[in-house]
Parts: sequence; C-alpha cells; structure tokens
Amino acid sequence: MKRRNDIKHYTGFLPLTLLCLFILYTPLIVVMVYSFNESTSITTWGGFSLKWYVDVFTGPESAKFKQAAWNSFVIAIAAATTATIIATLAATAIIRGGRFKLRLPSLGLISLPLMVPEIVTAVALLIFYNFIGFSRGMMTILVAHIVFCIPFAYMPIAARMQGIEDTYEQAALDLYATRFEAFTKILLPLMLPGIISGYLLAFIISLDDFIITNFVKGAGVETLPTAIFGSVKQGIRPNIMAISTMLLAVSMLIVTLSYLISKTDKTK
Amino acid sequence: MPLNKDATAAIDVRNAVKRYGDFTALKTISLSIRDNEFFTLLGPSGCGKTTLLRMIAGFEDVTEGAIFLFGKEIENLPPNKRPINTVFQNYALFPHMTVTDNVAFGVQRLGKSRQEALRRAGEMLELVQLSQFAERKPAQLSGGQQQRVALARALAPSPKVLLLDEPLSALDLKLRQAMRFELKEIQRETGITFIFVTHDQEEALTMSDRIAVMSSGEVQQLGEAREIYEKPRNMFVADFIGETNLLEVFVDKIVEGRAMCHLGGGHALTCDAVEGVGEGAKVHMSIRPERLVLSETEAPENSLRGTVHDNIFVGTDIQSVIDLDDGPRMLVRTSNSDRGKKHLFERGATAYVTMEGGAARLLVD
Ligand SMILES: Nc1ncnc2c1ncn2[C@@H]1O[C@H](COP(=O)(O)OP(=O)(O)OP(=O)(O)O)[C@@H](O)[C@H]1O
Ligand SMILES: [Mg+2]
Repeated sequence: MKRRNDIKHYTGFLPLTLLCLFILYTPLIVVMVYSFNESTSITTWGGFSLKWYVDVFTGPESAKFKQAAWNSFVIAIAAATTATIIATLAATAIIRGGRFKLRLPSLGLISLPLMVPEIVTAVALLIFYNFIGFSRGMMTILVAHIVFCIPFAYMPIAARMQGIEDTYEQAALDLYATRFEAFTKILLPLMLPGIISGYLLAFIISLDDFIITNFVKGAGVETLPTAIFGSVKQGIRPNIMAISTMLLAVSMLIVTLSYLISKTDKTK
Repeated sequence: MPLNKDATAAIDVRNAVKRYGDFTALKTISLSIRDNEFFTLLGPSGCGKTTLLRMIAGFEDVTEGAIFLFGKEIENLPPNKRPINTVFQNYALFPHMTVTDNVAFGVQRLGKSRQEALRRAGEMLELVQLSQFAERKPAQLSGGQQQRVALARALAPSPKVLLLDEPLSALDLKLRQAMRFELKEIQRETGITFIFVTHDQEEALTMSDRIAVMSSGEVQQLGEAREIYEKPRNMFVADFIGETNLLEVFVDKIVEGRAMCHLGGGHALTCDAVEGVGEGAKVHMSIRPERLVLSETEAPENSLRGTVHDNIFVGTDIQSVIDLDDGPRMLVRTSNSDRGKKHLFERGATAYVTMEGGAARLLVD
C-alpha cells in the first residue's frame, strides 16, 4: 500500500510532533547539559565539571538553599501525609458510604480546587489569613499546601477504591469481622497502591508549588521554588541550573515510583 | 419472643416480604429449613434467590415478616453476629492474603488464638484437598480451587448454617459435576445446614434433600426432589424442572379419585385426580417424556394414536416427536440401552403412545 493512502498517516503530523517535542524538551536538556559546565557563563561551554553541584552545597548561597530545601521537604512530607489521610477518609465516605444526601456535593467540593485558578486560591488564602490574623510563616504555607494537595491525593485513591468490589468487605463482615476490622484488614491493604500513588502525587505537587507559597509565606521563610526565583531575580548563575537538574531528578524518580506502584494490582 | 412452632428448624422464614421502593422482590415467603438439611432455592434469574439469601445473611433487611434462627429472631443481629457464613458467587477471596490466612480469617475474628485458627485452617484445607496450596495467593489458583477455598473459609468457623449462592456456576461442566458430589459429601460429613442457590434444575435435583422452586418472588412448590419432579403442582414447576409434555385437557368426570379427561382430537385419558381441579375444569396436564412408551398396537388403557414426525438422537436417549391424530404434538423418550428391546419407529409410521400408570399429572392453574 502506498504510504499516502495509509489511514494511519496524516500529512504534517511528524513535523508537528517534532516541533512540540523540541519546544518542550530543548530548554530542559539545555539546563541539564549546562549544569555540568566548567564556565561561569551560562551560554558558552567551557568543558565538563561538577563544580556547580559542589557550589550548591558549599558555595555562598548554599546556606540559603539548604534551609529552603529543608523547608520544602518538611512541608511536602507533612502536607502529603495530612492530605492523604483526609483524602482516604473522604474516598471511603463518598464511595463506600452508600447514598447519603451530601454525596454529590462532597464529590464536587473535593475536586473543585483543581479547577480554581491557582492565583485566585493564593489571593484568597492571603486575604483569609490576614482576616483571621494568622501570622505568616511555615504554618501558613503548610495549611495552604494541605488544602490544595487534597484533590490530588484523592484522585488516585478514589480511582483505586472504585475498582474494589464491596463483596470483599461483605465477606469480612460475614466472617465476623467488625466494620473497623473490615476497613483496616481488607479495604486498606487493597487500597494501598492508590494511597501511595496519591501520597507521592501530593508530595510532588507540594514540593513544586510556587504561586501559592509565594503569596502566603512569611518574610524570610523560603521553599526551594521561591528561593530559586529569588536567586534568579539577581541574575542567573549556573548553580541554579544544578539545583533545577537535581529537582528534576527527584520529580522524575517520584513520578516513576508512583506509576510503578499504581500498576501493582493486588486484586489480580 | 413470639411463640415458635418449629424449634428444630435451622432457619424459619415467616411471611417475609422484601420491597425495594415500589418494586416487590419477594412476596410473602414462608419457609422452614430443617437442621442438617441440604436445602436448595431453585428458580430462574431475577426471581429473588440472592435477595432471600442476603436477608438470611443479614446484608438486607426484611421489609415485613421475620426470620428465625433456631427459634431466635435475628432481625437485629448484624451479619458479623450471625452464626451463618456465605460462599459468595464470585468467591470474594481476600486477594492480598494467602489461602491459609483466608481460611483462618473467620476463626480468628471469633477470638480464637492465631495458632488455633491456623490449625483449623489446615484441617479445612485438608477437607477440601488443598493442603499443598496453603501458602499460595488466591490469584495463583484455578477457578475450581478458588471455589474450594471459599468453601473452606466459610466452613472454618463452624457456622450453624452455610449459604451458597450459585457456587458452581463459574465452573466447567465436568468440574461442576464432580463438585456436586463433593459438596454433598461435605454437607453430610459436617452436618451443617446448607442453603444452596441455583438456577440449574439438574444440580438441584441431584444434590438436595428438599427444594423450594421460586419464581417472581414467590415459592411455587416446596418438597423433595422426587416429589417436585414427579408431582409438580403447577405449570411453572412442571415446565421449569426437566422436560415435559404440557397438554391442555378437559376434566369430564371424577370417579373414586380418578379423573377422566379428554384432549384435543378426542383422545381420552385417565389419571389421578388432584385437589383443586374439579369436574368440567379446563387445565393442563404434565407427562414426562420418559414415562411414555411407543408401540405398534393399542394398549388397553391410556393409549393414544399418532404419527411419528421425527426421531432425535440425544446421547443417552432417543427422543421421538409424535403428532397425535388431530391432536397436539408429544415427546417420547426411549433410553438408548433399551433399543434392542424396543422397536424404533420410522418417520411417518403410525404408533401408539402409552402412558405408564401415574405418569400423568394434573396441574393447578
Ligand atoms: N438493591 C436493589 N434495588 C432494587 N432492586 C433490586 C435490588 N437488588 C435486587 N433487586 C431486584 O430484585 C429482584 C431479585 O433479585 P435477585 O438478585 O434476588 O435475583 P436472583 O434470583 O438471585 O437472580 P440471579 O439468578 O440472576 O442471580 C430482581 O428483579 C432485581 O432486579
Ligand atoms: Mg443471584
């Protein structure tokens, strides 16, 4: 068959794909490659070196970045943990709670934050914190992160729970388990891949957040994204590229992990 | 507690009604299931078998009426407080636990030690001949093995009553037949009351002590397998269980418990009268094909003349289709092993269809 007549072939499809890939990945590749640059310039290649990675940990800005990284990870872990617990309970209530009156509204409310523009959430939170007199610092960031992480944790958990038939819990009840035992011994282990996926997703979302964090953080409290932004405003040095590359590596690792875990299916 | 008539009944369902909104799934069911009995609920899809079973297990509440377990009302007991276990239709084995842990689960929930539970699980796995698979996960077992694990798991806590919802329907024919005997054997050995649900009449006939035939939320007939097969009470039961000739007849006269009837074409038949069918009634009569005999000459009684339309080979039997003169069509089954003795009639030949005594049964409605 002639290629032109193949219905799987669309004229112009290949160049368009290449263009998209180019726009998407070239900047990332440039950053990754130039993070290993010997030169102080960010545009001219001066040979391979790890000096900017060393600079991140020992250089003049290292103290600032270490503190920011610490803040970021503490907040990400705390926010992801809290959000995952809330999302798990919410999913249990919404999917296993039978037909209660507020079921549809709850479902809407929990996924609505995904559709609200981040900048609106950020402004709203800022105004609200001022309104109730919540002084800004780590805690304001943490609470904000918990809030916007919940829907992200909820999605994989709910998807997972929907795939688990309720006959397992009925079988447990039939075999003299209490409702609590049916939940902890049967439902929870079966949901675990979804819960871990949800946790990792929430973690990454929190680690990565800039807009909301930038609004609600107090003076002097930085997370990695805000610290990087602050540093870049002073001019881009290659150490920023090294940090970005490391952050990218962490993100990729977690996303891969999340994908692999969501694939393990204990019900099969 | 209300006075109960039958303290020996394992399960006593009294005037139980189940409604979902305005849909009535069960209309006033009354059943008394004896201790140590293999009891079967038989009926077509959607007749309410699962609903009744779930009410006994405690997963559905009873809209009206009551259910008693050894004379005690169980309405207010949640499923995990009823000494009743279920073998679910899709088995519902816990996928994240080994076979042993699945079987030990119920025993442990009853407050027994882990050792005691494991010992009991071992015993049960031996009973269903699965000891060598004890450490596997359910997904690593075949359908038939999973079915046996589900059975072992439900038996392990020694329930008073075991409910089985079409447990054999997912198995292939050979395995299904083997499991029928195994189930029956296990029921006898353990002495536990089994309530077995199926829509397969052959399964019901071969395994059960007693059968309740259900349709559209009602019990049509309750009795021993033989009684249900040979003395169906109404059209539905006669038609649903086995193969039968359903003939429209007029009852001319009833003399000394014998009903003299005739059917289309003027063929006369005499059979036992039944309660509820009087003189002048126009009702249906059921005659099982295997209780009819073909002959060249007319027999002294209940012999109807017709023409052979066709002979169909069905493995163990030959089924002859006979058109009665000016009358309805009838099926006659002749066992293949009798072929030597009996004459096989050619198509188009004239033959007499003769009923064995007691083969015809008048049906109410
Ligand atoms: N939760 C429910 N809400 C409304 N109607 C229901 C519900 N559960 C069952 N029914 C209806 O009740 C009737 C009996 O259902 P049931 O599951 O008991 O049938 P069954 O005899 O077990 O059929 P099958 O052999 O197909 O399993 C059906 O018409 C079904 O649609
Ligand atoms: Mg059913």
